[in-house]
Amino acid sequence: MSLFAYQRDISNCGMVGLIHRKGGRIGGEIIMKAIASLRDRGNGLGGGFAAYGIYPDLPHLYAFHVMFEEASSKRVTEDYLTENFYIHKAEPFPLRPLRAIPSPPLLWRYFLEVKEERMVYLFPELDERDFVVHAVMKINSHIPGAFVFSSGKNMGAFKGVGYAEDIGRFFRLEEYEAYLWTAHQRFPTNTPGWWGGAHPFCLLDWSIVHNGEISSYGINKRYLEMFGYRCQLFTDSEVIAYLFDLLSRRHRLPLSLICRILAAPLWKDIDLLPEEERSLYEAMRAVYASALLNGPFAILVGHRRGLIGLTDRIKLRPLLAAEQGDFAFMASEESAIREISPQLEKVWAPSAGEPIMIELEAKQP
Amino acid sequence: MRVALAPEFQVEIDHRRCVRCKRCLQNCGFSVYTFADGVVPDHSRCVGCQRCATYCPQGAIRIERRTIPFRSNAYWTPHHITNIGRQSQSPGMLLTGMGNDLPYPIIWDHLLFDACQVTNPSIDPLREPMELRTYLGRKPDRVAILKAREGGFLLEHMLPPQIRLQTPFIFSAMSYGSISLNAQKALAMAAKELGILFNCGEGGLHRDLYPYGDHLIVQVASGRFGVHPRYLNAGVGLEIKIGQGAKPGIGGHLPGEKVSLEVSETRMIPVGTDALSPAPHHDIYSIEDLRLLIYALKEATDYKPVSVKIAAVHNVAAISSGTVRAGADILHLDGFRGGTGAAPSIVRDHVGIPLELALAVVDDRLRQEGIRNQVSLVAGGGIRSSADAAKAIALGADAVALGTAALIAMGCTVCQRCHTGNCSWGIATQRPELTRRLDPEAGAERLINLIRSWTLEIKELLGALGINALESLRGNRERLRGLGLDHQTLEILGVKPAGR
Repeated sequence: MSLFAYQRDISNCGMVGLIHRKGGRIGGEIIMKAIASLRDRGNGLGGGFAAYGIYPDLPHLYAFHVMFEEASSKRVTEDYLTENFYIHKAEPFPLRPLRAIPSPPLLWRYFLEVKEERMVYLFPELDERDFVVHAVMKINSHIPGAFVFSSGKNMGAFKGVGYAEDIGRFFRLEEYEAYLWTAHQRFPTNTPGWWGGAHPFCLLDWSIVHNGEISSYGINKRYLEMFGYRCQLFTDSEVIAYLFDLLSRRHRLPLSLICRILAAPLWKDIDLLPEEERSLYEAMRAVYASALLNGPFAILVGHRRGLIGLTDRIKLRPLLAAEQGDFAFMASEESAIREISPQLEKVWAPSAGEPIMIELEAKQP
Repeated sequence: MRVALAPEFQVEIDHRRCVRCKRCLQNCGFSVYTFADGVVPDHSRCVGCQRCATYCPQGAIRIERRTIPFRSNAYWTPHHITNIGRQSQSPGMLLTGMGNDLPYPIIWDHLLFDACQVTNPSIDPLREPMELRTYLGRKPDRVAILKAREGGFLLEHMLPPQIRLQTPFIFSAMSYGSISLNAQKALAMAAKELGILFNCGEGGLHRDLYPYGDHLIVQVASGRFGVHPRYLNAGVGLEIKIGQGAKPGIGGHLPGEKVSLEVSETRMIPVGTDALSPAPHHDIYSIEDLRLLIYALKEATDYKPVSVKIAAVHNVAAISSGTVRAGADILHLDGFRGGTGAAPSIVRDHVGIPLELALAVVDDRLRQEGIRNQVSLVAGGGIRSSADAAKAIALGADAVALGTAALIAMGCTVCQRCHTGNCSWGIATQRPELTRRLDPEAGAERLINLIRSWTLEIKELLGALGINALESLRGNRERLRGLGLDHQTLEILGVKPAGR
């Protein structure tokens, strides 16, 4: 390896994703082991995990993972939550204090059910999930020092400032089991390393881990603001989560097409398509021009039904995928996958802008 | 009585070099030269357009600015003294051509682009795809999809009609009458070759230009000159001109002298009569009236996109919002530096606001109201370079309209005497001996060169920004920084100060 390669490698982030197609449970120690091998792709200023299927006892409640910078933020947030939700359970996260993770914020989780009468009163025409999105945006933008970092059902994010494997031990992830995990080792460049800025970025059941920089952030953000999303996190990655929510849940587009909007095919390729398909892609690019993600990126998108991997249109960030039995893997580097599964039936690198989509075969666990 | 009204220019003939070919006599549209055993200039007629100096085979002509040595006064400048002198000599408004030339602040020159370093790679436009294709027209809020039988997806509804531009430039409206037919032909040929648009302005469409319909926007303005069903359907879209950046709030006047047989046929008015475009459309006194006209035009054309052109004025955001809600598919904003064939100086120089600010507030307002996708924004009015154009796009424009820059490509030197009809370059004139000197093919070639150069430059800028499609720059004010702009201006522009 040349001297230059070393430098290039570390100005990146590292990602790993892991799914059991039949919904089998995977312990947290496995994903921690994988992401630990990508330590050099981070710089200790951010690490995190998303896990799906971790709250099988409370699968129908919105699990809000919240960080508070001070006790007063917690009081205001709890007043707001009490007003709008039935709080079935509220508890501090079980944590393992570590020297590697100094001065964490207050970390709590709430299991919530929407108060029907509040929803009807505030948003008679919207559905329950719009109400939850609104609540997340409201807390994150209006309550100083409070930050909801995941808000889905039977899933959750665990993140903070530190190396990912230390964050994992801090949150005692070995005590959780999930059918889908993603993990992120962060090398922040654009934004200061603060707890809220670590990946994944979540909204409802969406979770995003991202390696790269969104050069189109300015317009993606302004586009999302037209639909009521508020970008609060001083980082470009959160727009991806909101775009998935907008395009999938509100515009009802299939995931495969959403990937073709975020990493749109080039015009020269669209022009060669048969007419019906061409008008579809032409329409998508014209209408969703402001949703195109430009700049170098590789992302892993977790959702209830599966895992998606996607790179930018000219693949300026690495991403590869692998399969072994019922397991599917995606990662920035093959080493992270081999670390947890030395035997692999299939390893491949998707081409630029080509989404890899792994769907859960089992019924939603 | 005589007052000090000295000529603005001094024509120096180097008689040692002059070979008395009299080419200067032929070339000057303003009759500066006479011949009396040698070339004799009348300095007072010279407009400084440089035609004679450019075409003198001997390089024997030098035109210089002449300043009257009044006692220096920062308040009573020669500009004001001479204007008062002229107006007290014969009553009337001072007329002028082209755009506002006063030294108001130029915001373009205080905006700077970002570029990639380390954390995101810049892209080499010579090696990687760099996409500038742009669609003008109304876009729905979302794309509705049907599942096809074979597992693919299909559009549930076709998009409303869109106009495709290969590069985000269009030529602004310039009518036959204000400019020559040859100049219009050059614009049409260039637009066709480049895959962009030209706009015939309010002067009807000459029969020779109908074949360029795929690259044409036809204009309907307050005088309704040359409007008939075939005209309305001749192009790919229509434009209702409400206002013009150079002269917001006032109409137009083509003097009868310019209404030749051809112009008269095209405009559908008698030869030699003045063509007066009223200040307002007399059937549009309100926003609901505008809606009626927009839909009347759509009905007449099977729903081609309708553009509404408005001048950048103080309340432009609210006006734009109303215009979009009235059904406009394209909103053309014309800034106060925009050109004109003729306007009173007082209006040209003192009415309207800069395009930069208008564009920023309009894009913001349409987003706040959630209707930005319903309309394409075209920004025009004094775009001087690809940098201005790219900055306009970053502020929120879908495409950029060029008027003055296109004329300059065809030879114009911005002497601001378009209203006289004597343009020595054969552009803003109908005198046959002058118009025939502009070869449409040569003019088109120069226009094509200009747009291709600017297209290359925009690709280079995008590459430096690490972006490979223009839509990722559009409205992406995060990639702009302001230098030396006050807090309020930055806030209106939605641009951070350099260093932040």
